[in-house]
Amino acid sequence: MSVRVFVPRDTTALSLGADAVARRLEREAQQRGLELTLVRNGSRGLAWLEPLVEVETPAGRVAYGPVAPSDVPALLDTGLLEGSDNHPLAQGLTEAIPYLARQQRLTFARIGVTDPLSIVDYLAHDGFRGLEAALTREPQDIVEEVKASGLRGRGGAAFPTGIKWQTVLDTPADQKYIVCNADEGDSGTFADRLAMECDPYMLIEGMAIAGLAVGATQGYIYLRSEYPLAKQVLDAAIARAEAAGYLGDDLRGSGRTFHLEVRLGAGAYICGEETSLLESLEGKRGLVRFKPPLPAIEGLFGRPTVVNNVLSLAAVPFILAEGAEAYANHGMGRSRGTLALQLAGNVKRGGLIELAFGTTLRTLMEDFGGGTASGRALRAVQVGGPLCAYLPESQWDMPLDYETFAEVGAGVGHGGVVMFDDSVDMAEQARFSMEFCKVESCGKCTPCRIGSTRGVEVIDRIRANQNRDANLALLGELCETMEDGSLCAMGGMTPFPVQSALKHFPDDFQRAPEGDRS
Amino acid sequence: MSDSREWTPQAIQAEIDALKHKPGALLPILHAIQDRFGFVPEGAVPIMAESLGQTRAEVHGVISFYHHFRTSPPGRHVLQVCRAEACQSVGARALEAHAKKRLGVDYHQTTADRDITLEAVYCLGNCACGPSIRVDDEIRGRITPEAFDDLVDELRTQPLEVIG
Ligand SMILES: Cc1cc2nc3c(=O)[nH]c(=O)nc-3n(C[C@H](O)[C@H](O)[C@H](O)COP(=O)(O)O)c2cc1C
Ligand code: SF4
Ligand code: FES
Ligand code: FES
Repeated sequence: MSVRVFVPRDTTALSLGADAVARRLEREAQQRGLELTLVRNGSRGLAWLEPLVEVETPAGRVAYGPVAPSDVPALLDTGLLEGSDNHPLAQGLTEAIPYLARQQRLTFARIGVTDPLSIVDYLAHDGFRGLEAALTREPQDIVEEVKASGLRGRGGAAFPTGIKWQTVLDTPADQKYIVCNADEGDSGTFADRLAMECDPYMLIEGMAIAGLAVGATQGYIYLRSEYPLAKQVLDAAIARAEAAGYLGDDLRGSGRTFHLEVRLGAGAYICGEETSLLESLEGKRGLVRFKPPLPAIEGLFGRPTVVNNVLSLAAVPFILAEGAEAYANHGMGRSRGTLALQLAGNVKRGGLIELAFGTTLRTLMEDFGGGTASGRALRAVQVGGPLCAYLPESQWDMPLDYETFAEVGAGVGHGGVVMFDDSVDMAEQARFSMEFCKVESCGKCTPCRIGSTRGVEVIDRIRANQNRDANLALLGELCETMEDGSLCAMGGMTPFPVQSALKHFPDDFQRAPEGDRS
Repeated sequence: MSDSREWTPQAIQAEIDALKHKPGALLPILHAIQDRFGFVPEGAVPIMAESLGQTRAEVHGVISFYHHFRTSPPGRHVLQVCRAEACQSVGARALEAHAKKRLGVDYHQTTADRDITLEAVYCLGNCACGPSIRVDDEIRGRITPEAFDDLVDELRTQPLEVIG
């Protein structure tokens, strides 16, 4: 009997040589006359073990990683195809790996398990049950279910998804749209990418349900151009879903319509901001719009539009299939359900960690992450992307939920956790925050466009020890002006990482200039 | 480079005609043109403006807003170095300095032999395995300066592809 062997093909596995591992496995198996069926699955999200090769055994799937092509002969010699643990790379049963076993995977239950493009696999793992349920229910009823789940937007602003949908449902129009925000621009985040590359039908299903809920017949996925593989996977999945009646003019014979198309961004961070995104989808420069009107009332081409992050939409199939309560039973306070955390940067065991709200950064960084990759002491962590604060050790023990983080001026954002060891120069990080704002500002407001340019200059002067006190005071004023006078969070929140660096790591701004150090 | 990469007004028009029925067609058209010719030629601007009923200034404004679109031909390979925070934490700044030195160019420039155009990028979604770079449509992780040198050698020793 032919043994099934899984070699992932998400961006991270490929970036570390998964294709070469797959080729080597096939070649070696052929030379040895072994029968093996190679499956290119998605990733389990255990990035530090990629490429993670799995073998199907009667006891379950057994994992080996990280596998290099040159490991393949020895792995086969020591019984890879029987799932033997006689090799240093053997990790035992995949599902028992503590990093995975300790998670609560609701949204990411299927990633890495299935072949991302196989509808048969998707159906065998609860796929399209949410859509089938939605097709039997009234729009208001679907919206109520999403409201009851407590789901809040996972793109950063944490706005209740059901309430947004209600506004679109209540606004009459000849055409409405569902727009998926797949711009995932924050450094340290890759959960949207994993969802799209490893379980694309989940997003398609979530968007179709959103369409049924609010009466929208057209959807767009606005995908960043930095994700070429996600583009390929989504395009292929959409074609197959259409052929199988899960998209198109007659969803599963119901007479209901939902069309879906992927549109590529073009390397502009600001186009993750929802109104800039809508401008871009309309074929224009991505200038941020004034609000009101809300996109839910006047969105794409002036029509009522749901704009939701990938993970918000991806949570919906579970909610419809299992019921709002099953989702809301996870979490704490007003943060219901699970949060997809992405452990990144200088970390020994980086990857995707889906947990109910309420865990702590220390648990994540130490228990899951195993500390830094460099082995040096951990010094700072940036949670929630480039517009959020750097947190010092004193803030690593508070529970991860929207309200607790907001209280201390921090953000959960899209769940990215970027770790830095003690070689980091926080003044340099603060400078980068300003530089990033300068590069990515849409240019509409002076405080953002000019303030960030000045910010870089002022930090350069501080670092060069020129009029340090006066320049520190100037930096403080600049941050205030940006916070108060910017239209969107790009200019309005860039001061957060800068001020947090100043507040928690003041020594880094007091160092002698380069060259003067003795 | 073979002829099919060289643009003509007819070829530009064909790309536009295939997409102009779409709502908000300009970005898809710009992508199609850049994918096919490697850049968006100046001469394509009036054709797009005419076909979409927009002014040339509007089309120019859109092209210049987005970092992805370029208006001059790139080298045979485009190499992007991730400059964002997660990669910074594992040595992206050193990698970036090394890349510029090794290639002898700055960002948005092409090596004299026209093999490689160097670009900056802000996150490739590979943040648990940085420093990351992108070579054409392929993303590579854990790039040390040595791995970078090997990659550059590999790119340069590949026989000139015949495209088309
Ligand atoms: C500068 C900026 C960048 C943003 N980038 C993203 C992004 O990449 N992805 C995303 O989903 N939301 C992003 N947002 C948030 C969106 O504006 C919006 O809140 C979100 O798409 C709403 O969807 P949700 O309610 O499902 O989170 C960004 C906001 C700002 C101000
Ligand atoms: S704050 Fe910056 S990015 Fe936001 S609208 Fe103003 S100029 Fe544009
Ligand atoms: S909108 Fe004019 S300064 Fe911000
Ligand atoms: S920060 Fe470099 S890949 Fe995300």
